[in-house]
Amino acid sequence: MAKTEIRIGGLGGQGVILCASIIGKAASIFEGKHATLIQAFGPEARGSACSAQVSVSDSVIGYPYVTSLDMLAVMSQDAFNLFAPTIKPNGILLYEEELVKLNDRLPDSVRRYSIPATRFAEELGRRLVLNIVMVGFFAGVTKLCSFEAFRSAAMDSVPKGTEDLNLKALQKGYDYGVNYSQQP
Amino acid sequence: MKADTSGVLTGVHFMDGDHAACEGALAAGCRFVAGYPITPSTEVVERFAARIPKVGGVFIQMEDEIASSIAIQGAAWGGKKVMSVTSGPGLSLMMEHIGFAVCTETPSVWVDVQRCGPSTGLPTQPAQQDMQQVKWGSHGDYEIIALSPNSPQECFDLMITAFNLSETYRCPVFFMMDEVVGHMTERVVIPPADQIEITPRKFTTKAPSEFVLYATTQDDLVPEMVKAGDGYRIHTTGLTHDERGYPVMTVAVQQKMMTRLIDKIRNNVHKLVDVRTDNCDGADVVVVSYGITSRIAHAALDEARAKGLKVGHARLVICWPFPEALFREMASGVKAFVFPEINMGQMVRELNRAVAGKAKVVSVPHTGGTVHEPEVILNAIMEAAR
Repeated sequence: MAKTEIRIGGLGGQGVILCASIIGKAASIFEGKHATLIQAFGPEARGSACSAQVSVSDSVIGYPYVTSLDMLAVMSQDAFNLFAPTIKPNGILLYEEELVKLNDRLPDSVRRYSIPATRFAEELGRRLVLNIVMVGFFAGVTKLCSFEAFRSAAMDSVPKGTEDLNLKALQKGYDYGVNYSQQP
Repeated sequence: MKADTSGVLTGVHFMDGDHAACEGALAAGCRFVAGYPITPSTEVVERFAARIPKVGGVFIQMEDEIASSIAIQGAAWGGKKVMSVTSGPGLSLMMEHIGFAVCTETPSVWVDVQRCGPSTGLPTQPAQQDMQQVKWGSHGDYEIIALSPNSPQECFDLMITAFNLSETYRCPVFFMMDEVVGHMTERVVIPPADQIEITPRKFTTKAPSEFVLYATTQDDLVPEMVKAGDGYRIHTTGLTHDERGYPVMTVAVQQKMMTRLIDKIRNNVHKLVDVRTDNCDGADVVVVSYGITSRIAHAALDEARAKGLKVGHARLVICWPFPEALFREMASGVKAFVFPEINMGQMVRELNRAVAGKAKVVSVPHTGGTVHEPEVILNAIMEAAR
């Protein structure tokens, strides 16, 4: 597998970094690949636009930054506006459909997948798990790692006592992603 | 000896460099940290403060870096392995006490997660601008050791090396990280404690009546140590001192003390070489790098090799003492060296000195705030190969 370059974007507080961390952890700890996570560090990580970059590869990762974006997952309009133009041709966009409206910044060739992740999170009882729904959706659409790897990474990352809720959120997003990508 | 199990978080982790550096220190036996938290090094002490109550030790958040850098030395003389953690502005404040650690031969590890200067600069963005400061920033002549990790895994592994070297040579050892390595998250494998080799402090076995604080032999220029409270009457000072540790204001004693302090490192420079080379034999151009820049250089090296250029890579893991002999020898076989650094050309001065005109030396400076564009390094390689 060549290097897969991923960016997660949203607002500080949405769990953007945790989202990226679960993806990196799934790949590097639970599936034996290499992963490097670089997170926004600074005021943007504390309320305004926030993003994290994850590179995943079968071989050791030298250059740690994203240069040719394969997959973008966004949870805010600002993050979409900023990063959508950087998705490479035939890359993948995943977006929260109630928080992001597509516009002409998105290159035509990009494959797009939307999910009402906030609504799903609310239905599960806590809006907070929006990011875990997004991770599940990412897992279901991209199949970057096995669901098992994502589940282990998520369970290893969420606060004790919240495992059940987060697992439901992950599964919800994953199922939606799998079904979505099976549609013609 | 092997690491104490209580400080070793054995397992596979997805961890950033700051946290890994903290775990390395705990595994190495560090049980006292004093610091004044500063971006981008804060996570090192934040984790230490959270972990140390369970491991058994002390973290003190001091009023500033001046206090931190001397509190650790008190704890070292109390028998602990110690560390302070800072970034550029804090490092500047610590300068006087670095000299004190040199003069009193206090084993200590000093972590500098480098950010942009001068002054408060760009607190959340990377640089490699303190490389010369750790060598020359404190007044007087001295030798220190400095290591530069390029990944969270190395933040763990090399931190153990740093502590071991500080015990072997009884000098300040600097751990030169940068914001990117500090905040980058990757897999970190922490082995079981019985696979981690620890250099214990060289405590004396002599009776108090026979022990002389700074007595050494011709073969071993590093004196034995004691810890406060064990019944030894000792005196240590930053003033020029004799073997007993008492101030003696003479040229002869200054000469004797200084010569030993310098020689205990300089006589061992051949043991203090850690340069990771890749395809340097037969190379026309060798890229020299350290820290995060070594990973950025990789991208440029791949491109250059794809263009058919014969390019090697020599990565400094130990930056101080600078491996002069290695580069002097390498210089006779290559056309040029290319040295990217996130500063305006600091370690390249040492390279120039070592190479002494035998090969071209091309500095690829960067004012800081981010890493080099690999293309900039690639262009320098192509230019140098001509």
